[in-house]
Amino acid sequence: MGELAVEKHVKFILTIEKEKDSFESVVMEHIRLNGAYWALTTLDILGKLNTVDQDEVISWMMQCQHESGGFGGNIGHDPHLLYTLSAIQVLALFDKIDALDIDKVSNYIAGLQNNDGSFSGDMWGEIDTRFSCVAILSLALLKRLDKINVEKAVNYIVSCKNLDGGFGCTPGAESHAGQIFCCVAALAVTGSLHHVDKDLLGWWLCERQVKSGGLNGRPEKLPDVCYSWWVLSSLIMIDRVHWIDKEKLIKFILDCQDKENGGISDRPEDAVDVFHTYFGVAGLSLLEYPGLKAIDPAYALPVDVVNRIFFGR
Amino acid sequence: MHGRPRKAPTEEEQEASVVKGAKLRSIQAKFFQFHHTNTYTKEALEVNAKLLEMNPEFITGWNYRKLAVQYHLEAAQSDEDSIKSILDEELKVVESALMTNFKSYGAWHHRKWVLNMGHSSTDRELFLLKKFQKLDARNFHAWNYRRFVTALKNIPDEEELQYTTDMIYENFSNYSAWHNRSVLLSRLLKEEVEGYYPKEKVLTEEFEFVRNALFTDPDDQSGWFYHLWLLDQTVKLEHLLVSSWPPNGSNVNVSDYCALSPSLSSISRTLPLILCFSEAVGGINSSTVSVVCESNMDSNLTWTPISVDKSGFARTWLTYLTFSSEPMHPSRNYLVKVSIANSEGIISSAGFCCSNPSHMAFTVCLPSSNTEFDEGPDIERIDWSEENFSSNQLHSENLGLINSFNELTISGGNKKTYETNAKIIADEIAYCRELLSEMDCKIGKLTLARLLLAYDALSSASRGVQDQNMFQYKEILELYHDLMKLDPPHFQYYKDQYSLVFLKQELANEESLLKYCYQYRDSTSLSNNSLCLCLRGLSLSQIGCIEQLLWVQMLDLSNNGIRSIEGLESLQLLCCLNLSNNKICSFSALEPLRLLKSLKVLDISHNEIGAHPIDTRRYLCASPLSHASDWKREEFVVSGPEMTIYWDAFSIFSGLNLRQLSVTGNPIADKKFKLFLCKLLPAMKWLDDEKLR
Repeated sequence: MGELAVEKHVKFILTIEKEKDSFESVVMEHIRLNGAYWALTTLDILGKLNTVDQDEVISWMMQCQHESGGFGGNIGHDPHLLYTLSAIQVLALFDKIDALDIDKVSNYIAGLQNNDGSFSGDMWGEIDTRFSCVAILSLALLKRLDKINVEKAVNYIVSCKNLDGGFGCTPGAESHAGQIFCCVAALAVTGSLHHVDKDLLGWWLCERQVKSGGLNGRPEKLPDVCYSWWVLSSLIMIDRVHWIDKEKLIKFILDCQDKENGGISDRPEDAVDVFHTYFGVAGLSLLEYPGLKAIDPAYALPVDVVNRIFFGR
Repeated sequence: MHGRPRKAPTEEEQEASVVKGAKLRSIQAKFFQFHHTNTYTKEALEVNAKLLEMNPEFITGWNYRKLAVQYHLEAAQSDEDSIKSILDEELKVVESALMTNFKSYGAWHHRKWVLNMGHSSTDRELFLLKKFQKLDARNFHAWNYRRFVTALKNIPDEEELQYTTDMIYENFSNYSAWHNRSVLLSRLLKEEVEGYYPKEKVLTEEFEFVRNALFTDPDDQSGWFYHLWLLDQTVKLEHLLVSSWPPNGSNVNVSDYCALSPSLSSISRTLPLILCFSEAVGGINSSTVSVVCESNMDSNLTWTPISVDKSGFARTWLTYLTFSSEPMHPSRNYLVKVSIANSEGIISSAGFCCSNPSHMAFTVCLPSSNTEFDEGPDIERIDWSEENFSSNQLHSENLGLINSFNELTISGGNKKTYETNAKIIADEIAYCRELLSEMDCKIGKLTLARLLLAYDALSSASRGVQDQNMFQYKEILELYHDLMKLDPPHFQYYKDQYSLVFLKQELANEESLLKYCYQYRDSTSLSNNSLCLCLRGLSLSQIGCIEQLLWVQMLDLSNNGIRSIEGLESLQLLCCLNLSNNKICSFSALEPLRLLKSLKVLDISHNEIGAHPIDTRRYLCASPLSHASDWKREEFVVSGPEMTIYWDAFSIFSGLNLRQLSVTGNPIADKKFKLFLCKLLPAMKWLDDEKLR
């Protein structure tokens, strides 16, 4: 079996931080805060978080905060829950959550809960269980879950449960591995996993593993390294990960590496990017690949970071 | 980000990319100027439209458009033509963005936002959707939008159902269409809409419909998932009482079991009563369940759901019967009758009521005087070696208590439903066999195994006796065996199912069960019942059939491949448990043990605790991570820094009163950990093979 080219991937990540002018980079500027989270978490899992200038990152990130308390994807961009979570996660990595005005941020997040328990992504009202997940994880990390109606939030997520055991973005929407991760993580963190039919969902999820060993996101679709996270972490949270072939999945992820230039792609021989590099490395961590820091399947942060927040030093 | 081939860009390509990037940057900069100065002129809107066409994912761009629309609508006031023109322009911008990327969340949401204003044609939307479905029938954005539009137009579910029929006929592999079908159909069934009643008729028609897909392309999963849902609908009938302890028709010596009551004062007249249902139920209390005894018995009973979560629902419910302390005739047996008649209050977690009354009865033999139970001064250490167990001296009293097979009494109307549904399943079994005779289809085999199990459950319920068909179990086990070879990546899934069916087979009747019953050598360490259920070395990867095991006090599950003990919490009489040489990976996996208040002897030696950096049960047990309110934060914090490493061990063991514990052979069980355990469990007498104090 191939090996994980750790040094190459670290170099790849540190390089893209600098190479900002290609079209591929400019077209992702609006989600740069997500990009920072993917890059930095990958570095931490590989034990190389100290290669970045922490102060520089935090200083840039705080400029992305809007007067409402929420964060935009980059400086000058409108605030949204998605980037607010990434900001909190990055600060957690650096153990600098106290750099935030925690009440201000949590008020912004809590203010986006609707009457039916769902969450809008921002003031424009798009509702999606992704946002329920993001809101719940954010507030849990800030220890301010009491600012929302958790019971209603859970009930809304449960209303998005489908007959195949999976979850969609809104009630009645088709099950999709990404949405499933979001709903399962939110239920996990709120102590509500008893709402999940673990055997039914576990089987649907384990059937995402195709012949090549990779995982797809829904039936009859192509495998993709990012599903190594969405599907895998969901399986782990409901304790059904033994229903897939871990060795085959490890091999698939390793085959998606660009061993010359670093980085991991969605499928073998495709172009690499930081998004898939993160999901590949995080997936390998969940699969207990040697030499990697363990990652928490719900918060998508290293276990030592999560333990530091909830169990103290 | 997806599906681009890996090619090192040529210098020209790199240059071109930088030029394109600079162009996009320049448009973005112009846009931000307009956005941050709240400028909504024609020119500004055009810049924005250009930006969104180049990058439909640019969220702030869509926000700006909404602000611009609000601004212009205010100016237009109620001029219908102006309003329409403004909104039509928005729809054009969305369409153009969708052409660049038809999966853009921002674009679809903007369209919904415009439609919600109520000035746009929904017919046009349906036409647009048809176009998108042709491009990609699995585009879930389009399907979501379709549900949104049909709700706006109040299109009835039956019509949309016909749409899914058309889509499926166009392409059987349309999981999205099957999914939508299941949503619509469950609504129609639930509301008992005309033409969709009775349920059995609809299910039969749907089975026929999906059969087309399965026979045309058996390797495509979409139809099979739908088939599984239909099967589930056919099998899931009301929840039933399936077993109890004491078992129906048994006779129990109360003084034998008083050690199991939680009361510290060891009243010799307390007896646990356990009820086990076919699925998790709520609402078990003294008004929904009546327990009546000829002798004096406190009838104000508190029922507890036996569940690791706080949902209030559980398969197993527990109460304690306390008999009065007046002297009674020692030779007389008193009848206890348990009735679940007022069952409207009992609901399943899916919200269904039970309309099935259940009655059972057993007799108790009460002690002549208030004998205090004394544990005895010298309790021996339990030694699990095989030579300490014998099978040829089983006392006859023991056998009566093994028999936990209840006779289910199902009233007339419901019995017919069971029979009808069993017939539907029998037909499906025949069709499945036909398909499999023509080809080796993995998911077909799995479905056949599930169908056989379902048929077994339905037919035995309707006959009212646990008359297990042993041949059927043999066939199911063979199917899972085949599947382990046919589909190696999912080997462990099939192994787990195999274990469950194997246990069902082995515990199916008294004769088979007795093979696994052994007597532990006579000792003072246990009450009379030193009967052990010995399931060691059976290659079990999972435990099941807990409804058959409520009577078990001593259980040997060693030398198997067990990773999870989900369900074990129901064995409320359990005192001695051997889980050595299995695949337990963490203390959090032992969460069910927290509910076994009678547990005194536990062997978890030679497992994998401490060997895994990833804990797969971290969110399935009570801890600060799952924000469960009963986490004993204060005790935890006060007890010292090693708690951070041993938080899950703390959680499991601090509530138990173990006398004997074995942990050796787990990577976590070093000297430091053993010291921690001694501190945590002061009443413990043996740790590994060492006698303490």
